[in-house]
Amino acid sequence: MIIPIDLALLFFIVVIAIAAITTKDLLAAIVLLSAYSFLMACVWVEMNAVDVGFTEAAIGAGVTTAFMIAALSRTARWEEK
Amino acid sequence: MSLSTEKRIQERDVVIQTIAKLMIPFIQLFGLYVMIGTEGAGGGFQGGTVLAASFILLVVAFGIDKGRMKMPEGWNAVFKSLGLYLYAGVGGLLCIIFSLGKAEYLNYCAIPLAKIIGGPATRGFWVGNIVEVGIGVTVMAAFVSIFYDLVRKEESVEEGGAEE
Repeated sequence: MIIPIDLALLFFIVVIAIAAITTKDLLAAIVLLSAYSFLMACVWVEMNAVDVGFTEAAIGAGVTTAFMIAALSRTARWEEK
Repeated sequence: MSLSTEKRIQERDVVIQTIAKLMIPFIQLFGLYVMIGTEGAGGGFQGGTVLAASFILLVVAFGIDKGRMKMPEGWNAVFKSLGLYLYAGVGGLLCIIFSLGKAEYLNYCAIPLAKIIGGPATRGFWVGNIVEVGIGVTVMAAFVSIFYDLVRKEESVEEGGAEE
């Protein structure tokens, strides 16, 4: 566990989370959540929790993204104001 | 954007298909390794998730029709029930067979078979592996069933739009 790498990854996670909340493009929000999950998996692996890390990568970055895009294909892409 | 959704779905990329065809067996092997390969207990949920992700990769690359051909929708309930029976039934069966006070539910290192034949002590002569496979099969079938539900609703919406 290296503190500067942790802090950098957590900083990017916070930035990506805020961007995913504030964007109006839902497809971009899904991709941002996928990137969020990938960085979260990096954090888990960096904290020596490898099994949690690749579970996060498989569920968060893989399965959930496919589910959300499949759900998004039934609705509009842009969020209404 | 002028293309209809049906045309966009039917356009397949040869790069994605080749990479998917190459990677899916290794992903499934990795899922099996996570489930039953390591010494310690645990890993059923993670392995089942990796298996489900490999199936979703197949559907993304080749389309839902080939996915339905590989794993028909009726198998999901069978797999879910089979996993639950493996998870619960192995412990119950061993509690019945070794009902001498030596077998405890989900405490399979106390089974005397592990000491006779040998093997990982925490796994209890592969009984723990059967439990992990049960958990993994259930998790995989649940994820694939959720994915099928989403895709089927999408198709029904498209058909409704086409009929209008």
